Amino acid sequence: MVEREKYHIKQLSIFSENRPGRLMDIAGSMKQAKVNILGFTIAEGSGYGVVRMLVDKPEKAHEMLTKEGHVVKFTDVLAVKMEDKPGGLYDLTLMLRDAGINIEYAYGYRNSPAAVLIMRVEDLDRAIDAILDSGRELFDVSHFK
Amino acid sequence: MTCWNPKMEMMPKHELDKLQLKHLKALVHRLYDYSPFYHERMEAAGVHPDHIWSLDDVIKLPFMVKRDLREIDPERLLMVSNRELVRYHASSGTTGRPTIVGYTQSDVNNWTESVARGITSAGIGPDDVIQVAYTYGLFTGGLGLHYGAERIGATVVPASTGNSERQLDLIKRLNVTVIAATPSYLMHLGELSEKVGMSIKKDTRLRVGILGAEPWSDGMRDRMYDWLGVKGINIYGTSELSGPLWCECSEQAGMHVWGDLTLAEIVDPDTGERLGPGEKGELVITMLQKEAVPIVRYRTGDITTLEVETCACGRTHPRLGRITGRVDDMLIIRGINVFPSQVEYVLMSNPELGNEFQIVVDRRGALDDILVRVELRPESFIDNVAKLEGLKDRIANRLRNTLMISAEVELVEPGTLPRFEGKAKRVIDKRKL
Repeated sequence: MVEREKYHIKQLSIFSENRPGRLMDIAGSMKQAKVNILGFTIAEGSGYGVVRMLVDKPEKAHEMLTKEGHVVKFTDVLAVKMEDKPGGLYDLTLMLRDAGINIEYAYGYRNSPAAVLIMRVEDLDRAIDAILDSGRELFDVSHFK
Repeated sequence: MTCWNPKMEMMPKHELDKLQLKHLKALVHRLYDYSPFYHERMEAAGVHPDHIWSLDDVIKLPFMVKRDLREIDPERLLMVSNRELVRYHASSGTTGRPTIVGYTQSDVNNWTESVARGITSAGIGPDDVIQVAYTYGLFTGGLGLHYGAERIGATVVPASTGNSERQLDLIKRLNVTVIAATPSYLMHLGELSEKVGMSIKKDTRLRVGILGAEPWSDGMRDRMYDWLGVKGINIYGTSELSGPLWCECSEQAGMHVWGDLTLAEIVDPDTGERLGPGEKGELVITMLQKEAVPIVRYRTGDITTLEVETCACGRTHPRLGRITGRVDDMLIIRGINVFPSQVEYVLMSNPELGNEFQIVVDRRGALDDILVRVELRPESFIDNVAKLEGLKDRIANRLRNTLMISAEVELVEPGTLPRFEGKAKRVIDKRKL
C-alpha cells in the first residue's frame, strides 16, 4: 500500500486583481517572509488572475500572504519527473492519456538533469497510482524544501 | 400648424382651470369611495372630498410615492376589477421586483390621446413614417409611441431596440421621417451610419426625433440638428403615470402637460411645499382621469420647472422644462431606470460575494456603459479560472434579468473597495451630461 500523502505538493493559489503592483506585493510578501519561490505561473481571467506558486515554506508563505490581505488557498498538485530531452513531455502525456488521467492545469520547469511537470488533476490518488505503476517518478514534499 | 384636438389644446386658461377643477373633484370623490388605499390615506390626513373647492386645495391631499405602488396589495390599490383591466405594464422597482401598473381601456385611450396631441404639436402627421425604437414589451416606451403614432394615422415601423444596422437600413428603405428613441441611441445610430458609409442627413428622409427616457441637453439638440439634420423633440413620461405622455411642440420651449388629463405641481423636495412657475423643484403629478390605479400627487423624483404662460404655438396648457436631476440615487442607463438598490439586491443574493460593491457608469461613444465591481469572499475563491468566470457570468445574467440592461461585472479582491462611515457612495458616474 503506497503512502500517497507525501506526493501531495502544497501549491499556493492567490486571487489577484489584474493591476500594476499586485504581483510586486505578492513577491514582496515572500521576500519579507524569507520564502523562496520554486515554481510560478499566472492563470488569467478577465480583470483578475490566479497566481500559482510552489515555495519552500508553504505554511509560512500562506500566513504572510493572509496577513497582508491576500485571498490565498492551498491546492494539492503533483510533481512528475520527466526526462530532460526532446520527447520527455510526449512520453509522459502518452502515459497519462492511456491511464485516463485528465490534467486541469500544468506548468513545467527544467531542473537538470531532470525536468518537472507540476500538474493539477481531479483525482490525485488515482493519478499517483497510475504514474507510479508506469514506472515513473514523483517528487515528494521533501524535494520542495 | 396642426392641432390634434384644437378645442382642448387652445382652450382659454380660465375655462381649462374650471375643467381641471371639475375633474379633480370627481377624482377625489371616486378615490374616496372606491380606493380603500387612498381612502385610508385621506382619512389619516383628515381630508374629505368636500374640502376640495379650488385647484389650490389639491395641496390638502396626501402625496403618493413609488413605494406605494410596490407595497400596496393590488386588491387595495386597483380600483377596477380584472375584467375592466386591459393592460399591465412594468417599471423598474427599487428592489428585485418591478412596479406594476394596470390600465383600463379608457386609461389606454387617454394615454394614446396624450401622445397623439404631443406628436402632432411637434409637426408630425399622417404622412409621416415613424420608427419606434423604444423597447416594446413591459416597458411603456414602445407601445406608448406606437399607439399615439397609429392614432394620428402615421405609418409605424415597430423596430423596438437593438439591431442597429437593421434600424439604419429600415430608415433608408422605408423613407422613415421620424424616429422615437433615446437621444443617446440616435447619436449611436449617427456614429454607426458613418461607419457603414451612410449619411443620415443626405441619404435619408429622417427629420424629427421624439427623444426621451433619459436627460439630454440643448447642446446635444444643436449637434444632432447640425450633424444629422434631425430636429430633437423632448418627450417625458413614466410608467407609473402611464408612460411617455408629454412632448415639446415645434416651438421646442417645454413639453405641454395636458390639463384635462393631468394636474402638475412643482414642490420643494425637502419640505413638500408648492413652488411657483419657473422655480426648480420636484415634479408632482395627479392623473385626473385614470381609472385603474390612483395617481394623486405622485412624487416623480424628477427635478424640473413648470411654465404656465401661453406658448408661442397658442396652446394654453402648461409646459414642463428639461429634467435636470433626481431627488434620489436613481440612475438612467440607456433610457432605463436603474436603482443602486436593485444592484445590491442581486449581489447580496449571491453567497460568494462580499458586502462591498461599486457601480461605475461611463459613456464612451454615444451609449452608456455600466460596470459593477464587487468583492469576492475569500472563502469563495476557487482555484479554477473557468469556475470564476462562470460565477461572473451568473452574476452578469442575474443583473441583466433584474435591471433589464447588460452590466459588466468585475470581481475584485476583498478590502479594495472604499468603506463608508455614513451613507455609502457606491456610484461613480463619469458621464458629463
